[in-house]
Amino acid sequence: MDFTFTPEQDALREQARAFLSDHPEPSWKQLAALGWTGVSIAEENGGAGLTFVEEAVLYEELGRALYKGPFFSTVAVTLPALPDDLRAEVAAGEASWTLAFGPLVPDLDTADRIAIVGGDGIYELEGAEREVLSTSDETRPVGVVRGGEPGRRLADAGVLEEIRNRTLAALAIESCGVARRALEYAIEHARTREQFGKPIGVYQAVSHPLADGYTRLELARSLSLWAAWCVAQETAQPGEQAAIASAAAKAFASEAAVQVCETSIQVHGGIGFTWEHVLHRLYKRALWIESFAASSSTLRAEIAASLLETTSPSGLSQTPVSLTQGG
Amino acid sequence: MDLRDTADEASFRGELRSWIEENLPEELQGHRGGAARFEGEAMRAWSRALHDGGYAGLTWPKEYGGSGAAYTHQAIFLEEMARAEAPPHIGVIGLGMAGPTIMAHGSEDHKERYLEPILSADEIWCQGFSEPGAGSDLAGVRTSARQENGHFVVDGQKVWSSFAHLASFCILLTRSDPVSTRHAGLTYLIVDMHSPGVEVRPLTQITGEAEFNEIFFDGVEVPAENLLGEIGGGWQVAMTTLLHERGTLGFALQAALEVQVRKLAALARDRGADPLQRDRIAREWIEMQALRFTNYGSLSKLVKTGTPGPEGSISKLVWSEANQRVTKLALELLGPDAALAEENAPYGGYWQHQQLRSRGNTIEAGTSEVLRNIVAERVLGLPKSR
Repeated sequence: MDFTFTPEQDALREQARAFLSDHPEPSWKQLAALGWTGVSIAEENGGAGLTFVEEAVLYEELGRALYKGPFFSTVAVTLPALPDDLRAEVAAGEASWTLAFGPLVPDLDTADRIAIVGGDGIYELEGAEREVLSTSDETRPVGVVRGGEPGRRLADAGVLEEIRNRTLAALAIESCGVARRALEYAIEHARTREQFGKPIGVYQAVSHPLADGYTRLELARSLSLWAAWCVAQETAQPGEQAAIASAAAKAFASEAAVQVCETSIQVHGGIGFTWEHVLHRLYKRALWIESFAASSSTLRAEIAASLLETTSPSGLSQTPVSLTQGG
Repeated sequence: MDLRDTADEASFRGELRSWIEENLPEELQGHRGGAARFEGEAMRAWSRALHDGGYAGLTWPKEYGGSGAAYTHQAIFLEEMARAEAPPHIGVIGLGMAGPTIMAHGSEDHKERYLEPILSADEIWCQGFSEPGAGSDLAGVRTSARQENGHFVVDGQKVWSSFAHLASFCILLTRSDPVSTRHAGLTYLIVDMHSPGVEVRPLTQITGEAEFNEIFFDGVEVPAENLLGEIGGGWQVAMTTLLHERGTLGFALQAALEVQVRKLAALARDRGADPLQRDRIAREWIEMQALRFTNYGSLSKLVKTGTPGPEGSISKLVWSEANQRVTKLALELLGPDAALAEENAPYGGYWQHQQLRSRGNTIEAGTSEVLRNIVAERVLGLPKSR
């Protein structure tokens, strides 16, 4: 049992953090040149041949940096539906994608091409009209598509299960990146801001909510990395763990991120309530994540159903991750 | 990152599982906690069986009679014991606190004399740290140890001492310098509980049971060689003890919580749950899983670097509050039957007892308030509140 990152994964995180700090608005070509767009695409299709765990490292850092662009919609959401030749285009930075699986389509302003779920398959949508809607999180626009014709058939609808799991797991770990940064701002403020002659972090009315925020975040991150590992395993060896793990992670992590952002705004006092401070952007991303794909209460209802309605549901009533049997 | 057992871990887990199945007496399984189960010969016999099986002192070095096993084996051991609802080795304090402290600070004579009987359950230990005036603020200890004619004379009172009524020895934190204050002037002693002047009185708690005791010391003579560490250096020795108290404890707590959540789900299947209750059951299942993987993260860092990850410090805090919510939710599912107790209640009063007992979880072994201070100050680096 090993629940740590490899030195290569740590190096990827350091590279990502440094690059995004120098290039807050990277282009799709730049991300491709770094090898990120093809991180989990097979080497014969021009990718790095790595796993969803490496993707997770990137989602966390991209969330932290409030990256704006079609990485989530292309890599987390649409990739499983793309045939090899189109994956190669993604790895090369020649195309980005989004998938219309609900009325609101993510990253519709920046994604080059659109896939759509129809009947028993996923198709490329051609000739559709796009309307990008205004969103409170300006870094994660959504929109609606009208008209258009289904073009090339990309994949069977069976791939939607994998898409769902990847989407939930990616959003979970992304929200951890958002929350970590919000917590760091709050800790720094509590250490340095003085009132009544002392740094405000001395007061337990300030420090204990921050300790709780850290606690929720660590729990959220543990769930998210569990989900990421299960998704990575499932690509090679299908089971039922990824569905449960990604649902649990998204339900918990998205709520934790909202809570940590709210605590951070409160700890900052008036400055935390201003447009000038970055906190509201982090908060709006956390709220976006909480609302997208499936709400926490919907996911918990699914988990409760598998816990309570069957006698042997995905191993839920027993040891949920059977360490002896593997993932 | 690989969440599966290694071949070595899997074989250890497999052997342990069969061993528990073959050796755990039925009357000791599925206990409801509390003090009574430690009385009587069955627990001693069970503890000796654990020792003979090589499972007592798993991580203790072989030279002291342990198995020299990896921390991961200890974690697996705690998980499997909790899942089988097997009671622990009776030497909880000796194995987890007194033994490691003697290994770190004791003389060769101490190690020779005290370690083996801890493993074999021939001698049980208790801890004498907290006092009526020194709870969370342990540096307020006032029990005195006066040096006189080549020995110590101990006077004072300790409280919240589990196992004291069964114990052969006590690890005792005393004030040896009467004019000292706070962390200075403390001395750490090993006290024979059968010495003249030692009196143990049980403390009945809100469950009606007596798990804890008060210990009174009235002119108790303690030989000079029973000193651990330096005279006046007791605080450092006590910190070793408390560090070990928190060690791999998280695994036992998480596994116990997993059993509770499993029983909660079974209860909901038996008696039904409305949509709001179902939402809360799912929440508790999710948080239990979160605690599991947080513990794995901390343990993996311990194995790789020799230092547990900082996230380990939240285990007890998270577990204690989760256990309170889970047991309260179970009472809610019982409806009006929740008012019943003991044999009149469903499941023999299991949930009523567990719920009352859980109120101690956020107080014992570090209150939640102290644990939040520890996270704020040592993990987040916020300024000290005192």
